[in-house]
Amino acid sequence: MRLEGVHKRFGEVVAVDGVDLDVHDGEFFSMLGPSGSGKTTTLRMIAGFELPTAGRILLHGQDVTAVPPFDRDVNTVFQDYALFPHMSVGDNVGYGLMVRKAPKAERVTRVRDALRMVRLEGYERRKPSQLSGGQRQRVALARALVNRPRVLLLDEPLGALDLKLREEMQLELKTIQQQVGITFIYVTHDQEEALTMSDRLAVFNKGRIEQVGAPAEVYERPATRFVAGFVGMSNLLTGAVAQAVIGRPGTFTIRPEKIHLAELDATVAADENSATGRIRDVVYLGSDTRYIVALDAGADLAVTQQNLATSSTEALALQGKAVRLVWKRQHDLPIVGEA
Amino acid sequence: MGGGTLGRVGLRVATGLILAFIYIPLVLVVVYAFNRSGTSAWPPSGFTMAWIATAFANTGLQQAFLTSVAAALGATVIALILGSLASLAVARYAFFGRETISFVVILPIALPGIVTGMALSTTYASLDVPLGLLTIVIGHATFCVVLVYNNAIARLRRIAPSLEEASADLGADTFQTFRYVSFPALRSALLAGGLLAFALSFDEVIVTIFTAGGVKTLPIWIFQSFRLANQVPLVNVAGLVAILLSVIPVYLATRLSGSVAGART
Repeated sequence: MRLEGVHKRFGEVVAVDGVDLDVHDGEFFSMLGPSGSGKTTTLRMIAGFELPTAGRILLHGQDVTAVPPFDRDVNTVFQDYALFPHMSVGDNVGYGLMVRKAPKAERVTRVRDALRMVRLEGYERRKPSQLSGGQRQRVALARALVNRPRVLLLDEPLGALDLKLREEMQLELKTIQQQVGITFIYVTHDQEEALTMSDRLAVFNKGRIEQVGAPAEVYERPATRFVAGFVGMSNLLTGAVAQAVIGRPGTFTIRPEKIHLAELDATVAADENSATGRIRDVVYLGSDTRYIVALDAGADLAVTQQNLATSSTEALALQGKAVRLVWKRQHDLPIVGEA
Repeated sequence: MGGGTLGRVGLRVATGLILAFIYIPLVLVVVYAFNRSGTSAWPPSGFTMAWIATAFANTGLQQAFLTSVAAALGATVIALILGSLASLAVARYAFFGRETISFVVILPIALPGIVTGMALSTTYASLDVPLGLLTIVIGHATFCVVLVYNNAIARLRRIAPSLEEASADLGADTFQTFRYVSFPALRSALLAGGLLAFALSFDEVIVTIFTAGGVKTLPIWIFQSFRLANQVPLVNVAGLVAILLSVIPVYLATRLSGSVAGART
């Protein structure tokens, strides 16, 4: 799957502004970004629901830019599932086979296999209205996979589910993807989801791709200020503060969990950087506590510490304390192309 | 609160009076259709089915009834075809003048019947179209389309576009998508619109007067026979038939569509 210079304009609004992308065969690829960043429009162009204003879409080397959705070897799991309400679960899953005139016997077996894969064996006769949100999600997945497409597109498929179910489905989707070996292109605004599930991901912002890479790469080496801020929580040090703390001009990002809270007189090793400040705010998060530290050099840094041996009262008592923040030099990352 | 209770009682009385005002005359027609004396005078002198039998044997009344049914069926069929096509175009495709089309389709229901009738009559005359059943059907279709259109478009706006996209995505061509996905979702709305169109056409008078020529529909027959003393019992029976053929379709349509758009019957 390859996108070359894809643009999409709706009247005056530029939704997608020059996207180049290569998705490898059998990959779990995520398109991550805030709403309005162009990720869903890009997905809809890959599915064939929207025609790019400019650019090409290639599927296995073949230009499919102008091919209608029903002639593309691509299937979609919709955000609202889009199950046909007047058809049974079996007819929904078998729909793609029915319109392509697959023999009845083959249809029945393939529907059964697809339902077994999403753990809904024996649900053929139910109506979508009789299913829970999680079950509808699985039916939508089975319906899209039964055609054995080369690429499966998923448009925020877990958005409507509650947290617990969402986490279960994340694991299940990943398992199913490895089992069938089909390329998954997954649209989400949830950075945690993108990081846990993807082989690689693209971060979208304002119709452009800011960075493409493996989750660890994108998280640990954000290419832009936007990526640093959007993927996980991040601290930015710029200008005079950067000069004072890091010793160099530029824009640097430090992940809150990489910083240690130490006493003011703690020793700092040669491979470490440090800054002093005062704890302005303490946010107790259950397994972690987040401290907002006002640096003496100006600017605030967020620091997360696991509550391994700290109780909530101990954590909250730290408010107002003067502290030294210490982190390894390798964890303050310059953001390229920004002063 | 005393004022609240009083207000509520007042509202109930007012509602009762309004309903009585609307329905007592209808009830009278029904009662007189079974009145032994054959007059429209209170109190009724006794129960008889004789007038029903007489009415069914009356060829003029029979003819008028069949003409009305034929006209209503014709207008309904035209309304179903044009109304569903127009609603699909407006709801599913973006094109220049879409809002205007939507307005122009709905307009005939708001136009005074006398204007529609006049305009049609003039047009038929200048085109040398002989007046008759066909011209009635065309006249009725102009406003019957609105009922089908309104019902269909309300339904289409409630169907998620993703359903049709999902169908295309799974390999269905445009025709298959309509057949397996859009039409089943639209079916009950079209049926409701069709029933309303039938009811509206069946008892229409004004446009019919202008477009009928010598042909008599049931409402026209009633209108012309109303003042003839010897026809009184038959008129009451015809009135009963007209009430049934209007009320039943509207009742069914309401059940089918939940809310009925644009009914004026």
